[in-house]
Amino acid sequence: MSEETPAPLWEVFIRSKRGLSHNHVGSLHAPDAEMALRNARDVYTRRMEGVSIWVVPSAVITASSPDEKDSFFDPAADKPYRHPTFYSIPKEVQQL
Amino acid sequence: MISDPHEAEFQALIDSDQRIEPRDWMPDGYRRSLIRQIAQHAHSEIIGMQPEGNWITRAPSLRRKAILMAKVQDEAGHGLYLYCAAETLGVDRAELIDLLHQGRQKYSSIFNYPTLTWADVGAIGWLVDGAAITNQIPLCRCSFGPYARAMVRVCKEESFHQRQGFESLYALSHGTPEQHEMAQDAVNRWWWPSVEMLGPPDTESTHSAQSMAWGIKRFSNDELRQRFVDMVAPQAVVLGLTPPDPELRWNEDRGHYDFGEPDFEELRRVVSGDGPCNRQRAAHHLAAHDEGAWVRAAAAAYAAKHPATSAAA
Repeated sequence: MSEETPAPLWEVFIRSKRGLSHNHVGSLHAPDAEMALRNARDVYTRRMEGVSIWVVPSAVITASSPDEKDSFFDPAADKPYRHPTFYSIPKEVQQL
Repeated sequence: MISDPHEAEFQALIDSDQRIEPRDWMPDGYRRSLIRQIAQHAHSEIIGMQPEGNWITRAPSLRRKAILMAKVQDEAGHGLYLYCAAETLGVDRAELIDLLHQGRQKYSSIFNYPTLTWADVGAIGWLVDGAAITNQIPLCRCSFGPYARAMVRVCKEESFHQRQGFESLYALSHGTPEQHEMAQDAVNRWWWPSVEMLGPPDTESTHSAQSMAWGIKRFSNDELRQRFVDMVAPQAVVLGLTPPDPELRWNEDRGHYDFGEPDFEELRRVVSGDGPCNRQRAAHHLAAHDEGAWVRAAAAAYAAKHPATSAAA
């Protein structure tokens, strides 16, 4: 084993163009935030894939658990009236 | 019969062609198999920088040099995408690199061949990247989400790699008689290793059946090999170069090219460490890693001194 402590892991998010949100593209190791940004530029935007980059320490992300996905997302499952297709509208009405 | 409810749910996801994500339950074997395959793939990208990097300083023109540098930088990027995918399975990149240095994880056999002339750079792009693309396109639909997403990125970038190789070989093949001869010599040396790099024949492939059931692999080694030969055989005619296989010919009945039996004994030898450049490749990687240690130490020391900019420290 190597003696070095591995540099922390960062999650990388890229805005591909103005008007779109940042999307997760992957992760990388870097000793600090500035290096993480520079590395992210070199690894994930070699072909102008982005106009803005966020890097977030992986360790600070809290994620929902796949094990409780049924109960966790349950509250939305029985509320079809939240969708427009729930409502019947007379045919004469063309657009609503 | 699958009795474990976790395993039943896992297999149901795979059978309905859905993706498995890092935090989902998965069988230990699936996790181990993916770590092995993704790490091996990542190591191949990184070791693969060496044979071509060998020609960067001697590229025949500024145009070719810029192209080759971009390609080698891509290989570094591809290695990093893949290490990142492997890390979602709960291993650390540093562990994987240690395993590579200890010879306990492998990389593709093909990078153990030397690049003797400039034409080898073109032959690698055309043949080696062609074989790699044949193998990688189905991996874009692999059942493990992070691996599949990394492969989508890799394949998008890889298509220029094969085209630049073809263009470079075409220029040589249609140049002076000496250049043509150099291109033909490169194809003579790279053809069979490229046909072999798609893996041992289906009858001997140790990991294939389970990988197919788990949706990691979509096509067998022999199917991919046939697909590769069908793709490059007609391209060789356009290049004006002759593959070193007297049995290569179109088979009207099968709708495929027939080709000779690859030397799988040679493949086994090279994979197990006895190719022309195995020791050189491993030693170079280890040396580069060790020589870079002070850079990593300096960056870590800087981060420790400036905690405001390094929230993760």
